[in-house]
Amino acid sequence: MHKVKEIAILSGKGGTGKTSLAAALITLSQHVVVADCDVDAANLHLVLEPDNYHQEPFVTGHKAVINHESCIECGLCMDYCRFHAIERRNTEGKVFIVETSCDGCWLCSRICPEKAIKMVPSDRSRWFVGNIKNGKMVHARLAPGEENSGKLVSVVREQARKTAESSGAKTIIIDGPPGTGCAAIASLAGANCVVVVTEPTGSGLHDLKRILELAGRFQIKRYVVINKADLNQDMTDQISLWCNKENIPVIGKLPFDPRMVHAMVQCQSITAWAPDSETSSIIKGLHRYLTGDKTE
Amino acid sequence: MTINPAYIMKIAIASGKGGTGKTFVSTNLFAVAQKENKKVILTDCDAEEPNVTEFINGQIIEEKVVTQQLAVIDPEKCVYCEKCREWCNYNAIICLPENRQIFLIEDLCHDCGACLAACKYGAISEKEKKLGIVTKRLVSKDAFVVEARADVGVYSSVPVINKAIALSSDPELLIMDAPPGISCSFITTVVPACFVVLVTEPTPFGLNDLKLSVETLEQMNKPFGVVVNRAGLGDDRVYSWLEEKKIPLLMKIPFDRNIARIYSQNLLLVNQDKDYKEAFRTLLRKIERLCTK
Repeated sequence: MHKVKEIAILSGKGGTGKTSLAAALITLSQHVVVADCDVDAANLHLVLEPDNYHQEPFVTGHKAVINHESCIECGLCMDYCRFHAIERRNTEGKVFIVETSCDGCWLCSRICPEKAIKMVPSDRSRWFVGNIKNGKMVHARLAPGEENSGKLVSVVREQARKTAESSGAKTIIIDGPPGTGCAAIASLAGANCVVVVTEPTGSGLHDLKRILELAGRFQIKRYVVINKADLNQDMTDQISLWCNKENIPVIGKLPFDPRMVHAMVQCQSITAWAPDSETSSIIKGLHRYLTGDKTE
Repeated sequence: MTINPAYIMKIAIASGKGGTGKTFVSTNLFAVAQKENKKVILTDCDAEEPNVTEFINGQIIEEKVVTQQLAVIDPEKCVYCEKCREWCNYNAIICLPENRQIFLIEDLCHDCGACLAACKYGAISEKEKKLGIVTKRLVSKDAFVVEARADVGVYSSVPVINKAIALSSDPELLIMDAPPGISCSFITTVVPACFVVLVTEPTPFGLNDLKLSVETLEQMNKPFGVVVNRAGLGDDRVYSWLEEKKIPLLMKIPFDRNIARIYSQNLLLVNQDKDYKEAFRTLLRKIERLCTK
């Protein structure tokens, strides 16, 4: 049976280098499917430049809209709404929806005696499938202020699996979002292993612990990569010690390398921009280790 | 002296991309305001990865557990009519009438109360579920730090953020350290703010995510300005874009290994470097001016 290995790259703290590492690992792969699960602030497409051949809208939820013609201003909806999303405004006491607070639960529209509340779908978010040099890429764009980024991430994951199956790819590389909430959960659930990219700062370690705890609950094989390791050697040692104690392998320490930024400015991965650099050679080792590809 | 709430200055420090320096900017701004004897509160709204208290500590003077209501279905009273399942818009209720089975997937429950309103048989009650903790710390006289800390794996940190903001009452200056991204937790933090400081870095990733944040704030009609962190490390595209869009560039913080080292040790730059103390005071003055405009 066709078996696909899913490698998730997460970090807890933002800006530690998830996307840069993901891009480098992807560049080294032969035949790969990429799932960009940072749907809030996606960046990987800037490097991989997918040629999208498919896109679909995604309904993140619904927002309540009051029809003031039929509303009798009884305020029953205000009593029921637990999100404080319905307010009485101006002197006439008209009832209004606070769009940013509306959770889209439909309760107001169901209990309104005058059927004056309509639910309108929010469908400005999109997901895409495209061709990249060495495989396929599934990515998405969450419309500003939308909820349910976790659900959109799940769609990206599912599409990535389908794409891998139909194209015969053996590896899916997932570039995850920061945080430990719904989007992070949806990014790592069901993955074969998770690579947590951290940096040697107090905040980096703090957030590393939270994301590793989350991954631990899903019983996923966990690895740690310390990026910009030489910026604070003491903290790097402290992180390594802690990981050692927790039995979580630190599989790579990358130096702070301005070429990493130069590569990003050129919208390239470090392994493509500076293939002979020390950073690239460490990442090549990581790639072999993670994909189990001994021959490269 | 009591302060007229109309004069409370509420600012949010935000960014689309993670790790651009939101916490760095908000903690240093807090420190200069504190030195000016302002009545100031720094509220860490990045509930999924709160880092402010790594830099600023104080004695905890208030602590609140944030909970949500969770539906509890009594199988004795349930008649398996499935109305609660139909009304639950989050697919949190699974009902198998033929097997006389009904249960709730707790993680999917949004505490909306629809099932409770739907059930005519009194079969649904509620219990509390913990989502996180909000703490208020006294840093010095008139200076406080409030932290929203969501439990690991909680789906939405919005109730925790709301509670933290509610606990941040009546300073002269409220600084909110926002979560990254542009989704609901970011919106929750930005809604009460009168001005938003977007922190970015001069790279294609930083610029791409800055554009997303700007688009969101424009839709919300929020005034904002930009701080470019790690200036000199990337390219100049962000500056020409800001100019073209007529967005105020509030401050440029150069990339400097020394700043990175100070940050990595959980120290505040303004306490280590006089020039930066001055630079952050200037930033605060600029924000004050734009806020009262």
